[in-house]
Amino acid sequence: MNHKKDHQGEDASMSAGIDLENVVCDFGKFRAVDQVNVNIQPGEFFSFLGPSGCGKTTILRMISGFIEPTGGVIRIGGKDVRGQRPNQRPTALIFQNLALFPLMPVWENIAFGLEVRGVDKARRRAKADELLALVDLHDSAEKMVSQLSGGQKQRVAIARALAVEPSVMLLDEPLSALDLKLRQHMRAELRAIQKRTGVTFVYITHDQGEALAMSDRVGVMSQGKLQQVANPRDIYNTPVNGFVASFVGENNILTGEVVNPADGYAGLKTALGPFRARMDPTVKGTSVKLYVRPEHMRITETPASENSIPVTISEVAFEGNFISVQAMSETGMPFVAELRNDGASLVPAVGTKLHISFDAARAAILPDAAKVGA
Amino acid sequence: MQDLLKRYGVGLTTTFVMLTAFWLLILLILPNITMFESSFRPYLPVVDVGGPKDFYSLNNYGQILGNEVDMTVLGLTFPVPVRIKVFILTIFYSALVTVITFVMAYPLAYYLAKIVSPKSLPTLFLLLFVPLWVSEILRSFAWFIILAFKGPLNVVLMQLGIIDSEIRWIAGFSPVIIGLVYTYVLFMIFPLYNALQSLDSNQIEAAEDLGSPWWRTHLRVILPHARPGIASGAVMVFMLSAGSLLVPSLLGSTSSGWFTQTIQGVMLEGQDWNTGAAFAFLLLIVCTLFVSGMMRVFGVKLSDIAK
Repeated sequence: MNHKKDHQGEDASMSAGIDLENVVCDFGKFRAVDQVNVNIQPGEFFSFLGPSGCGKTTILRMISGFIEPTGGVIRIGGKDVRGQRPNQRPTALIFQNLALFPLMPVWENIAFGLEVRGVDKARRRAKADELLALVDLHDSAEKMVSQLSGGQKQRVAIARALAVEPSVMLLDEPLSALDLKLRQHMRAELRAIQKRTGVTFVYITHDQGEALAMSDRVGVMSQGKLQQVANPRDIYNTPVNGFVASFVGENNILTGEVVNPADGYAGLKTALGPFRARMDPTVKGTSVKLYVRPEHMRITETPASENSIPVTISEVAFEGNFISVQAMSETGMPFVAELRNDGASLVPAVGTKLHISFDAARAAILPDAAKVGA
Repeated sequence: MQDLLKRYGVGLTTTFVMLTAFWLLILLILPNITMFESSFRPYLPVVDVGGPKDFYSLNNYGQILGNEVDMTVLGLTFPVPVRIKVFILTIFYSALVTVITFVMAYPLAYYLAKIVSPKSLPTLFLLLFVPLWVSEILRSFAWFIILAFKGPLNVVLMQLGIIDSEIRWIAGFSPVIIGLVYTYVLFMIFPLYNALQSLDSNQIEAAEDLGSPWWRTHLRVILPHARPGIASGAVMVFMLSAGSLLVPSLLGSTSSGWFTQTIQGVMLEGQDWNTGAAFAFLLLIVCTLFVSGMMRVFGVKLSDIAK
């Protein structure tokens, strides 16, 4: 009897939370994951978002049991899972390349987890058909994997993972091999399946759009450290540091010296003049920058009362729902503004001299990414 | 062909093709055709060749019959022509050698393909190849010495207290099996290694993640993937074993006749090349049938092996 089977028997179809406590993973001298702490709630759709090599896949492989953490504790459903092999954990992993079994027909792929558990053939087949219906793939049970399209393979991989009724689904960039249109469709699909089954989803991606669109919460990672954990809106609107701000979305960035921090705001002395923006009173140190989103930039004919820069418009691109404007300050610094295509905004012409400005409340002075040991 | 001409020019290309054709036609196909033709003709004194006694018949093939001896299979004893008995035992023990080499080679090939770090792979391959630098004859002689009655194996086993008195290893088919396994195990390891190496490691992990114990992962995921490799390794080891003359001659005992030895006896000692040719073709045909039968049983296609 393996442990997984017992677990399934006790609380089948129950989703479980995951606690990572001071989790560390070293590969030789390289620290891939550094002191990660996060509590993922049962039934939550949680994404780890970060560039390649940030340690997010290592976290996933530690949760699934393919890598043992060098330090720290991993709990699934409150139970310490250290030392358990992947086949003993109540998790199901969807691989980046899906890793479907090419020599088995679709239904055997889906029922493989049940076959392992000694379920008889008729019930395996019935369960496979049921799951095929769930992922909208009727009439494909007898097909071979090679006969399926990319999106269909994706669904088979999801069905195969769901067949073992995992408490936690782990997804390692499963959409990266699909084309854009299908990817967007599968986002919604995955989200719907997660809501329908109530299973905890842990999703790994480097695509911010994916993470923001699907997740309940997002953990942004860089160099092995978890930089920020928050819901997608907070990640985008109130990033805690420069890494999160620039990895998620576009920014105009100003460098300078902080002056007079007070009441959650501070001034920034730059080569282009003084600016003012939000700054968390806890932020210290000199390596700070000012970040403003392009959609919060305004373009006016006269200078605004504060945070205003005289610029020359260098490029205007009509994107449909918005207009992207590139502008250059007198010192040669580039700025980007995105104007809503609502008819009210001033659509500037290339070469005109105008003023670009932003609200202090819409800009933030942020430190660089969290340092090791911070 | 156009590529070849473009790359090497007319002179070199012609030389390549002619040399290959010479090897194929003159050294391989022509002798076989001659043998095949002579296998239907009687063994005659030189003066009678081409004379009225020289006609085609299946008499040479019929020579495999006759001289009945008892053969015991699964407790049943029945009379069998002695050459047929040797023939059957050759096929049987060649198949056994194939199974043993597979059992030995599979874990090693899996280790090389999936577990060992790529850094140490060249060293391990070198270690596998080193024995090949010594000729097959010397290697078989080495086993003859190792297995001798007062040889190192018995001495070591007795020193370790595993056996009380010497075992006569060179008796029956065991030394032949040991020698053949040792000689041909690499022909199993390399096709298996190639097949296993092409398996996506994620599939092994996926099986484990779905709860599969290691043996089921091998049975359902890894072995099916390796089937073409197993098939080509098995075909090579089986054919080489059944056709081996050196190992059975050096390591064999009086009770371990190999059919190749029968052919050799007829050809060299009996000077009857016609009957020898007939026996050689019988061996070839039956081995081919046996292999294709086995391939059908295991569902392997010829195109799988050619990969």
